[in-house]
Amino acid sequence: MTVRKPYYERPSSTWWLKRWPYRFFMLREISSVFIAGYGVLLVVLAMQVYRGPSHLADYVNFLDSPVMFVVHAVVLVFALLHTITFFNLTPKAMVVRIGEKKLSAVMMVTPIYVAWLVVSALVALLFLL
Amino acid sequence: MSSRTREFKRSNDPPFWLLFSAGGMISALLLPVLIVLLGFVLPAGEVSLERVVDVFENVFIRIIVVIVASLAFWHAAHRIRFTLVHVGLHRLATPIAVASYGAALAGTVWVLAVVIFV
Repeated sequence: MTVRKPYYERPSSTWWLKRWPYRFFMLREISSVFIAGYGVLLVVLAMQVYRGPSHLADYVNFLDSPVMFVVHAVVLVFALLHTITFFNLTPKAMVVRIGEKKLSAVMMVTPIYVAWLVVSALVALLFLL
Repeated sequence: MSSRTREFKRSNDPPFWLLFSAGGMISALLLPVLIVLLGFVLPAGEVSLERVVDVFENVFIRIIVVIVASLAFWHAAHRIRFTLVHVGLHRLATPIAVASYGAALAGTVWVLAVVIFV
């Protein structure tokens, strides 16, 4: 018996540059680099807090510079891209059924956005009040 | 061929996928507000340093810092792993997985050390 051995062409390594949906997909994937990057910034800030008030004051001074402002602006843009794409994926990643009916995508996504606003407001109050 | 008769190779992906999705959700909820507050409002002098110290010294917040930072690392590791393979590094799939998850593990140990010992 002969077994068919099909030839699969490997996609070129630049396939993701060729069309807008692919480029957007790649931007979304790259957002994870900035998510990890902000994880590092958060731990550095926590470290300066735990090292004492003078270290924290120096670090906050360092944050108050054009370079760190731009860094945070870029991180924020990618974080928002992550938030929106991640929330919008949830109805695709899991299907909620009520009886026989599937819960619609809008009904699943809306509460997540509301929760986002509530959580953001609570965190803001924690630091500002 | 039903799934009953077919033999599946055991995969170690589910725990990593769980860390990926948990990290994705927590980052999505918390990072934008944290970036605005700690990256813009704090340097502008609108948050008192005493308040920042009070918040970060809290035991509950220390646990949250560990969860947010480490899950952000695991989330990114999982995505970077598959993205690098998808852009053509098929041959390096195993070393990429080891390096990505290894970095996330190192980051987890780092944040634990900072929160517990510093």
